[in-house]
Amino acid sequence: MQINSMQINGIHIDDTFAEAFNMRGTRIIITAQNHKWAYHAANAMTGFATSVIGCEMTADETPDGRPGISILMFAMGSKVLMQQLETRMGQCILTCPTAAAFAGITSEDMISLGKHLRYFGDGYQTSKLIAGKRYWRIPVMDGEFLTEETTGMVRAIGGGNFLILATSQPAALAAAETAIDAMKKVPNVIMPFPGGVVRSGSKVGSKYKTMFASTNDAFCPTLKGVVNSELSPDIESVMEIVIDGLTFDDIAESMKVGIEAICALGANSGVKRISAGNYGGKLGPHLFKLHDILKGSAA
Amino acid sequence: MSALTFTLKTAQQQSIDCSALTPDSLSGKSIDEIGAIKLGTGKNTLRVSDAFDISGSDTQQLVFKNATGKLDYIGANMASGSITIEGDAGAYLGLGMKNATILCKGSAGAFAACSMRGGLLTINGNAGDFLGAGSEGLRKGMLGGTVIVKGNTGDRTGDQMRRGLILIEGNTGDYCGSRMIAGTIGVLGNTGAYTGFNMHRGTLLLTTQPKLHATIQDCGMHTLPFLNLLFKSFSNYDSEFSKLSNQRVQRFVGDLAYNGNGEILVLNN
Repeated sequence: MQINSMQINGIHIDDTFAEAFNMRGTRIIITAQNHKWAYHAANAMTGFATSVIGCEMTADETPDGRPGISILMFAMGSKVLMQQLETRMGQCILTCPTAAAFAGITSEDMISLGKHLRYFGDGYQTSKLIAGKRYWRIPVMDGEFLTEETTGMVRAIGGGNFLILATSQPAALAAAETAIDAMKKVPNVIMPFPGGVVRSGSKVGSKYKTMFASTNDAFCPTLKGVVNSELSPDIESVMEIVIDGLTFDDIAESMKVGIEAICALGANSGVKRISAGNYGGKLGPHLFKLHDILKGSAA
Repeated sequence: MSALTFTLKTAQQQSIDCSALTPDSLSGKSIDEIGAIKLGTGKNTLRVSDAFDISGSDTQQLVFKNATGKLDYIGANMASGSITIEGDAGAYLGLGMKNATILCKGSAGAFAACSMRGGLLTINGNAGDFLGAGSEGLRKGMLGGTVIVKGNTGDRTGDQMRRGLILIEGNTGDYCGSRMIAGTIGVLGNTGAYTGFNMHRGTLLLTTQPKLHATIQDCGMHTLPFLNLLFKSFSNYDSEFSKLSNQRVQRFVGDLAYNGNGEILVLNN
């Protein structure tokens, strides 16, 4: 077990690091008649595996002057991101009443947003080049679906994380929710799991050859007696928060905000330790050292 | 540095081809060298210094003073800098302009912005026929950029237009948007007969109901979200179009005689 002397408000901070890997990311702005329908589209779009914390935009901030949501999407590679974006645009934004989609980020690598989806218009689609950007107007049953032709794809980082070790499952989850509430306010990051929280943290590899990852047994409380456990006897539940972000600094800032929010609850909340998913260099090149992050010196 | 200024000495009987007088072609030349440039006029040529008094030195900013409708091809194919015309311009103003600015304080002749590819052309007066069209023999008209006309335009405005934006604050003649391939033409005044004749694609944005021929079909009243983007882009220009905000339009589509999918949007005032 690896516990050192750093404590905040009675909660131990392990001298370890979160290990993250390279991803590709993009940002989309979804607008609709009102925020209710923009959220419907954004929630459907982000869906499973890339569940995204939406960022509300006022009518003044969106390209078409309607209420909107800014979403981030990440994938392990450019091909997957492009494929997922096109699939989700077709199934989630094209179908959502009044929704429109615009590029939320520009870069040298521009990928298709509505470029191929336009063919849904069956020849009645119309292109407009406005202020140097190409848009597609596709006739649909509620009027017109408006989408920008492309959006930017940027290099990003996925898998920043920290673990919340608590004396009970409710205490671990309550602390995770507190952290997520605080981390939602940090721009350029997402916490891509249900409610932003993961209960099934994983380790690299498995005893089964077909599995690339398997349960993180060192942090499973029910295996304390049979594996080389990271858990002390009083720990009964562990929750993980995973962060994907556009830059290293975005993720570091998000981790700092989340951990500090948990530490503000104090040890009486049931949280005893904060640790991180450290895979010994097997997972990726980006190391988020908890102590450095909390001292504000992570780089 | 003051703008390089060409002041027309006397009113010309014959048109002068001014295509050699652009920021790109004059860059690095002395006043004497510029004065020695020969310009075509009918079947003859004349030196620049014979037709104009030349002053100033900044070849990126050109000014034509005492300009008349006999000065053709001003700003032809220019790719940088700006030209201000104090007076009228002749035919082919801004022909093939790629990326530059032209301000004509008077009126322009036929074929202004013809085959234009980029930049901004503003005409404070009227423009002649074939504004933003293609030059003779070409099958595509204007290919990009923005044209703003404060006055009226002649017939065949935007004929075979392929891309770009033409904003007309006054009226247009007949056949506005004829054979249009793409792009946007806005008209705050009235349009003449056969508006959108043989239109393939593109958008005509009007404020008054035109008299349309039978093969332009009414598709009803709509609120179109893209108009907000379009109106936002208008705010960059010194034009009455920057005041538009209503996204409610009557949409006409055609020309069905050409199997066209162009649209005429009439703003609901």
